[in-house]
Amino acid sequence: MNIDSIKNGIVIDHITAKKGMMIYELLNLDSLDASVALIKNVPSRKTGIKDIIKIDTEFEVNTDILGYVDPDITVNIIKDGKIVEKKSIELPQRLVNVIKCKNPRCITTTEQELEQIFTLSDPEKRVYRCLYCEAEAK
Amino acid sequence: MRSLIDILELSTEELDELLNTADDIIENPQKYAHKCEGKKLATLFFEPSTRTRLSFEAAMYELGGHVLGFSEAKSSSASKGESVADTAKVVSCYADIIAMRHPKEGAPLVASLNASIPVINAGDGGHNHPTQTLADLLTIRRKKGRFNNLTVGFCGDLKFGRTVHSLIAALSRYKNVNFVLISPKELVLPQYIKDILTAKGIGFTETADLQEAMPELDILYMTRVQQERFFNEEEYLRLRDTYILTPEKLDNAKSDLIILHPLPRVNEISVAIDKDPRACYFDQVLNGKYMRMALILKLLEVK
Repeated sequence: MNIDSIKNGIVIDHITAKKGMMIYELLNLDSLDASVALIKNVPSRKTGIKDIIKIDTEFEVNTDILGYVDPDITVNIIKDGKIVEKKSIELPQRLVNVIKCKNPRCITTTEQELEQIFTLSDPEKRVYRCLYCEAEAK
Repeated sequence: MRSLIDILELSTEELDELLNTADDIIENPQKYAHKCEGKKLATLFFEPSTRTRLSFEAAMYELGGHVLGFSEAKSSSASKGESVADTAKVVSCYADIIAMRHPKEGAPLVASLNASIPVINAGDGGHNHPTQTLADLLTIRRKKGRFNNLTVGFCGDLKFGRTVHSLIAALSRYKNVNFVLISPKELVLPQYIKDILTAKGIGFTETADLQEAMPELDILYMTRVQQERFFNEEEYLRLRDTYILTPEKLDNAKSDLIILHPLPRVNEISVAIDKDPRACYFDQVLNGKYMRMALILKLLEVK
């Protein structure tokens, strides 16, 4: 399958297969007017298969979201058809307004103007906990 | 400016300092009778809790201070839809320190992030209740003289029991403490707390049998199965009567066991046990007041 290479924009590569749509939604890419390609189950030498997202416009990507979903992702910034920057992705220490607390007893369920804040409590198991009630992110 | 939301915000050195202050208050109450003159404590109780509120109020009065506040959400502006953040900002204009009880977990943290005065978490849902833990710790130290080398049994609702979670966290910082977790399978300690114990190399065993566990215990911490934590009445009634401590069940207990309970009890400790010298739950109530006094002094930075 061929997707045209992009001139100015970003390529989010090496996404664990099946997680592409989750990233598409978390980055709110459906609100972009530019061309966006989500390519699923692409053969990969490293992992067998992977997902890729190509965005054909300059776009400030939230690397915390990418790191939360999959810290092995690579991000390439493209200018004039060439890769000008490779962004490294790390497991974020803190997530602000990325995911919502699902604990029905949490204060964020009744006070919806509060920021949804999660902190990394176990880097090995990639466990995040709500700042307010300490419930594990699900 | 400091608040107290979670017991682990206090280092063991700070805990020792609070415990020493409480011991001194017990020995020399007159020395402290005017320490908070001109200061006001706001008790913001969005959920009824008579004993915790009265303990805070008594603590402030015994320090010579004043108290204002409300005892249920209905009589607060929360019933008009005011946010916790706004309430904290408003009350900061009236008082010097806040004690907040709230049914939603994390509400006191939200208050502390918005108030310009110290906030004490007086219980938030099934989450934290640090001043109860302070009461538990003072009782343990005064009765046992140590926090090291103890086998501590927790019995009843270990799933929603916030006092259990906080005390386990606090005692986990001392050497050679073993936990025996006694509960029905529906109310076992949350996995994440067990993971923390395992990671720290702290010994614990789980059982559903209170009597089998009894002989090895230095401390037995009983809890009430709390109706307000259940969405389902039937399940509550079924689990409520799982463990009832009666004098016969203490036959094989150590002679220097101490029995603790955060109170109120429903039926989980028979009244006949109150006369047993090992029953220390009313000492805990009194110690709770002294620790709240010590905490108010510390957070208000009163020397």
